[in-house]
Amino acid sequence: MKLFKVNKPGLFTTVQDLGRYGFQRYGVPVSGAMDSFAFTLANYLIGNRSNDACLEITLLGPELEFLSDSWAAITGANLSPALNGKEVACWQTLAVHKGDMLSFGEPRCGCRAYLAVRGGINVPLVMNSRSTHVRGGLGGFRGRKLRAEDIVEGFETERLKKGFRLPKELVPFYYNKLEVEVVFGPQSEYFTNEGREAFLSSDYVVTVESDRMGYRLDGSEVERRDSLVMISDAIPVGSIQVPESGKPIIIMRDAQTTGGYPKIGVVTTSDVSLLGQVKPNDEVKFSQTSPSRARTRLLEYTKNLQNIGKRLLTFGN
Amino acid sequence: MYKAAKYLPVGDKALLVEFGNSISLDVNRKVHALDRALAQLQLRGVLECVPTYRSLLVYYNPLKTSYEKLVFRLKDVEARLHEFEVSIHRRVVEVPTIYGGEYGSDLKYVAESHNLSEDEVVRFHSGREYTVYMIGFIAGFPYLGVVADEITTPRLKTPRLRVPAGSVGIAEKQTGIYPCEAPGGWQIIGRTPLKLFNPKEHPPALIHPGDTVKFKTIGKEEFEAYVGGRK
Repeated sequence: MKLFKVNKPGLFTTVQDLGRYGFQRYGVPVSGAMDSFAFTLANYLIGNRSNDACLEITLLGPELEFLSDSWAAITGANLSPALNGKEVACWQTLAVHKGDMLSFGEPRCGCRAYLAVRGGINVPLVMNSRSTHVRGGLGGFRGRKLRAEDIVEGFETERLKKGFRLPKELVPFYYNKLEVEVVFGPQSEYFTNEGREAFLSSDYVVTVESDRMGYRLDGSEVERRDSLVMISDAIPVGSIQVPESGKPIIIMRDAQTTGGYPKIGVVTTSDVSLLGQVKPNDEVKFSQTSPSRARTRLLEYTKNLQNIGKRLLTFGN
Repeated sequence: MYKAAKYLPVGDKALLVEFGNSISLDVNRKVHALDRALAQLQLRGVLECVPTYRSLLVYYNPLKTSYEKLVFRLKDVEARLHEFEVSIHRRVVEVPTIYGGEYGSDLKYVAESHNLSEDEVVRFHSGREYTVYMIGFIAGFPYLGVVADEITTPRLKTPRLRVPAGSVGIAEKQTGIYPCEAPGGWQIIGRTPLKLFNPKEHPPALIHPGDTVKFKTIGKEEFEAYVGGRK
């Protein structure tokens, strides 16, 4: 089923799901939605499964022409979405009709918006996932970001009987300053005490050299001990590498699976999701958490995400 | 090699089992033994393992297990790791390779820098079996070792922007194969016509971590036959 045509592609618009797992041992990055919280909510708001493929829209959104009647939801960054020129609300079900034009305007807050369409976007599964890894030319829509004239397919679905809306108090706001929690290790001993203190006390600026692979930060140098030689090992999403320059790099979803810089720590899962909304020139500050507190928070986060479906408000019939 | 493996938390849903702090076959063998053991044992909550030179990263589902529980189980497996080491079925992958000329533009340099002939470099390189320490850098790129001392060569001072798919390179004591065109700084001595990575196959990589790789010298005709799908 033809779902929509891309009139203008926007800055960087890709098809993503929750990621490609089980293949990191072969060097395949996980990819997937940078903000998995907003992504999952977009699906919930139209009765989709949590892993149905959506569009991830970065800062400057696309212009899309719907080719079928359907339902949609936009979550994550507020990029001033409008349907046929009239501004529409995020975080709720939208009815869309054949011929409708969805466009985006000025980025108001956050970096990445998610557009879910009833039934999910229909692109082939590649290694069990519909996520795009642009550098590897893998998955998603022909392994690349969307271009003008692309026609994106959907699935035939049942009619949605009612609309959903996220209660206002649950709608996240993305600030230009973000504090994230870090579990120290596996190579925090590669840094001096002064280096670790500088890491925790500085505000780091996200540089323009930041994308789905990783965020290069500018700020206080994290001093390394010279004596320890690092041997390349696996780098999970959220790990914070420190190269010779002392300027930390946060590893994000499209990064390679192994790396040779020591990792001072790893950002907690729920905060990695928030990092998906950080854009160049925003500030990031790190705070240390213990593995057990991080576990408690992750369990709470997971439970919250599972239960949030029950807290959605309904409207229409 | 450490006397006992080190267990380190990695964020909130992974842990690292580190067997040593060196690139060595003995250490790497432990990594692959634990990797195979976990594939066989299917411990509750274990999702995915990533073997590298000296450590295994174990991703787990925090709803089904915890760091403490998993470390406890893994220490038990570590204590009887020798059972899995002997049962490792070694896959041997033969990699047909054309050396030198337009296919291996750094073969001349590698030969000259060691006062060897190009043929001697090829004999050293194809004359031994390599262990796949890990796969990384790009999908399907195997890090192989150990290269003979006689042809151990540092990386290029300035990496190339484009290294062709199939290129076989040397970096210090390691050798590797580029599965697709990519930027890279390894000394390129030859090229294989094999397709190392295919997202449509399961598993998608031809060479797996822990495998044994042997290079086999082929000529231009045979190379073209592979490329043309006639072989």
